[in-house]
Amino acid sequence: MNLAAATNESLAEASNVLIYSSMAVYTLAFFAHIAEWVFGSRSKVGRTAAALSTSPAKASAAPAVKAQAGGTAVLERPEVITRSAAGTRDVPDGPGAAGGTFKGDLYGRIAVSLTVVAFLVEAGGVITRALSVQRAPWANMYEFSITFSTVAVGSYLVLLALKKNVRWIGLPLVTTVLLDLGIAVTTLYTDSDQLVPALHSYWLWIHVSTAILCGAVFYLGAVGTILYLFRDSYENKLASGGTPGKFASSVMERLPSASSLDKFAYRINAAVFPLWTFTIIAGAIWAGDAWGRYWGWDPKEVWSFITWVAYAAYLHARATAGWKGRKAAYLALLAFACWLFNYYGVNIFVSGLHSYAGV
Amino acid sequence: MSKANSTSTRQREEEDEQGSAHGAAGEQLSTAPREERPDTGAGVPAMSVIGWVRWFWRQLTSMRVALILLFLLSLGAIPGSLIPQTSVDDMKVQAFKERHTTLTPIYEALQLFDVYSSVWFSAIYILLFVSLIGCIVPRTGQFVGQLRSRPPGAPKRLTRLPAYTTWRTEAAPEEVRATALRLLRGRRFRGHEVGDAVAAEKGYLREAGNLVFHIALIVMLVAFASGQLFKSEGGKLVVEGDGFSNTLTQYDNFKSGSLYDSDSLAPFSFVLDDFVGTYEKSGPQRGTPRTFEARVTYAEGAEGTERKGVIKVNEPLVVDGTKVYLIAHGYAPVVTVRDGKGKVVSKSAVPLLPIDNNITSSGAIKVMDGYKDKDGKKTQLGFKAFFVPTFAGHGKGQMFSQFPALDFPVLALSAYQGSLGVDSGLAQNVYQLDTSKMKEFKDKDGELLKKMLMPGEKLDLPDGAGSITYEGTEEWASFQISQQPGNGWALGGAIAAIAGLAGSLFIQRRRVWVRAVRGADGVTVVEMAGLGRSESAKLPEELGDLSAALVTTAPVAPAAPEEPDAADTPDGSAGTDATNEAGSRPVHPAEAPAEGAEK
Ligand code: HEM
Repeated sequence: MNLAAATNESLAEASNVLIYSSMAVYTLAFFAHIAEWVFGSRSKVGRTAAALSTSPAKASAAPAVKAQAGGTAVLERPEVITRSAAGTRDVPDGPGAAGGTFKGDLYGRIAVSLTVVAFLVEAGGVITRALSVQRAPWANMYEFSITFSTVAVGSYLVLLALKKNVRWIGLPLVTTVLLDLGIAVTTLYTDSDQLVPALHSYWLWIHVSTAILCGAVFYLGAVGTILYLFRDSYENKLASGGTPGKFASSVMERLPSASSLDKFAYRINAAVFPLWTFTIIAGAIWAGDAWGRYWGWDPKEVWSFITWVAYAAYLHARATAGWKGRKAAYLALLAFACWLFNYYGVNIFVSGLHSYAGV
Repeated sequence: MSKANSTSTRQREEEDEQGSAHGAAGEQLSTAPREERPDTGAGVPAMSVIGWVRWFWRQLTSMRVALILLFLLSLGAIPGSLIPQTSVDDMKVQAFKERHTTLTPIYEALQLFDVYSSVWFSAIYILLFVSLIGCIVPRTGQFVGQLRSRPPGAPKRLTRLPAYTTWRTEAAPEEVRATALRLLRGRRFRGHEVGDAVAAEKGYLREAGNLVFHIALIVMLVAFASGQLFKSEGGKLVVEGDGFSNTLTQYDNFKSGSLYDSDSLAPFSFVLDDFVGTYEKSGPQRGTPRTFEARVTYAEGAEGTERKGVIKVNEPLVVDGTKVYLIAHGYAPVVTVRDGKGKVVSKSAVPLLPIDNNITSSGAIKVMDGYKDKDGKKTQLGFKAFFVPTFAGHGKGQMFSQFPALDFPVLALSAYQGSLGVDSGLAQNVYQLDTSKMKEFKDKDGELLKKMLMPGEKLDLPDGAGSITYEGTEEWASFQISQQPGNGWALGGAIAAIAGLAGSLFIQRRRVWVRAVRGADGVTVVEMAGLGRSESAKLPEELGDLSAALVTTAPVAPAAPEEPDAADTPDGSAGTDATNEAGSRPVHPAEAPAEGAEK
């Protein structure tokens, strides 16, 4: 074995160590999030119920939520009044997992800090993997999976850094990241290695990186959609005079309102849809170079297409009366299921030109 | 955060209703088609033929049906990924048919082996595209109309709009309006003064982007379809040292679209100088290919200058609009066949077909003419050939290759003589030997004559019938040569689609009104309000910025009396609720959240 190969091998080992370490830190973050939810449950929130207990007519009559549009020090600035259209529930967002309790918030902050650390360690793992093979670190399922969760967590942290109200994603995200990494290191693990000739192309960088980014962000959208469905049922139940269980209330009460969750999911999906379109087109161009045809209905191509059409259907549903809300949300989940099947199912169950991806 | 129901969606639903929340103010903020309300009689077509046609057309071009067709399209694409497709892998289809004798007729009837060219799949996408055209044409007309006209004047009660602000100022109303107009235009709003207010609108690119996106989809489909009609695609296997020139007769196989004209083959030729394949030598991925490249010398036109080129898996050679792809490769043992007198009858490199990843290969060596048996009678020779580039060694079970590179090549042959059957007029597979009219050569034990040869070794045919020598090994590469017009259009369409989509999803279309009137006490009252296609958090922010800018020339006057806001609100929202009810299909609150792109 020559010297270069030896360094590569030790880099690959370093990468494995980093991935395992990040799993350990994610586990700590997971427990910190659990603590956040547990301590948060001690607060009595009940904003939703309060908002809904006023009669619906009055609720929509409730004028104008006052919003201060920032202020200039020198000149007095007129205040902008916003008003929701009629027919919308005027339900405030929940206070977050910590429920406004000091202890919960402390654990929440610890969880986020741990997530940042785990993210950095995991990103280190991905980078050393890339260095060990001297190519883009996404040529097989193991590499997809580690990159995928890194990107998902990275996107979440970016949203946090932009001061978006997204801390509620923390627990579900960390849980799935642990699941994803667990599957990656046990069943999907592949030794670091070179590429088959068909993967030698700069399109690997372009096409696969955007595919992974789209998937990671679509995932965040799907989490938002699922929570929207729960929260919406909860609000419906309250509105129709029902009393949800104590646990359900405690959890749901701390989430953002159904309409905020729905808006979040929509924004995410709509923002990634053009990128997903680009990913498919880039893939077609690559296929044109690699296999002599731009589109050949290979299973991977078929499922990318299905995913694309499903998201297009979702966007249309949002613009079609009678399809908004829950129905559109189900379509969004279906679309994400298509993406997941394309990612795992096609590689594992269906054989096609893309199956060199090494399970 | 503002809770939102998209005012304009509702407004669309209520378009013709009197007393809609924002009335004319929100008119034409989008070109999306109005939804038919299921209970307004739109579902009951008139009895006349024209009535039916009109009803059908209206259904087909509605958003609801577009949505359903999109859903069907994705559903319809699924079977094609799970059932082998003729267009993708014919061999797999055959194997499937042999294994599933009961399913096969059903699948065939449903065209499940050709999903993407099936009648039902075509019906879905053709309907979708008809619907798309039926949707785009009126929307484009409407949009052009909107660009020609000006934003509608301010609604009477600006307080009802999603974002609102007001203040009193000493500045004259005319002055405030003029400044506001300048300010809005400076921020690239299209604006004008109507009555006592300024009306302005921005974000037309959203609609334009949406139309561009949908039109681009049509461009892509047309480009793709015409590409299929005019394309040509053929395969050619070339052994190292041999060449190819782009004429129909040179192809091993050739397919073309139904409108293809064979005169349009681009004139060029190339010679395969060398094929290089390398493989992983060790580790768990031993044998995985690392590089494949075909080094060629090519010439454009009939007598073009010769140039060197390399064709790799991802890098086709492009000559005169035609692309030459490297598709496969394998080995071609060079064999010399001699007759009983020792005269060389044939010497050639015979390409064999790989049957596994380590390039274990099989094929046939055929000697058509020039051979005479020991009695001087003309006959033909045939050999079944089996080849491994890396032999495992004797006594190691079956003869299968251990590695794809040419490390320890062995050629196994069995010999026949008689008629190869090539004159029978039936197309023949060059890689298979039809032994139905041939006789086996026998060895001493009366068994079929066969032998494993290393390079340089020969197999003697019994009774002075001649010999066959394995001289060495060449490599071959097979190429796909394809020409598909319309690719430029498809790519252009794709780029336009992405750009249009980005515009459509990221740009907000919104209107802003600024009203300035002199109040009873002689002080000017300024009111500003904004309306978007949806209630986005950006709208109040923008209004805040605009008002802050306007305040610099129309400073706030002290001690404003109470606005009649409070009194206005209850009856205002009662009015809105009434229209909501009047919409006859009660909008469930949760079903009407609003969002960025929703209109
Ligand atoms: C080929 C299939 C189609 C695809 C992939 C597609 C995709 C899309 C996408 C991604 C959007 C953006 C959504 C948004 O702005 O929120 C959109 C919007 C829209 N599409 Fe399509 N579409 C297709 C066919 C159609 C058809 C057949 C119609 C006509 C009935 C149509 C009418 C519209 C309209 C009106 C909008 C804008 C909605 C609005 O402004 O609220 N589309 N489409």
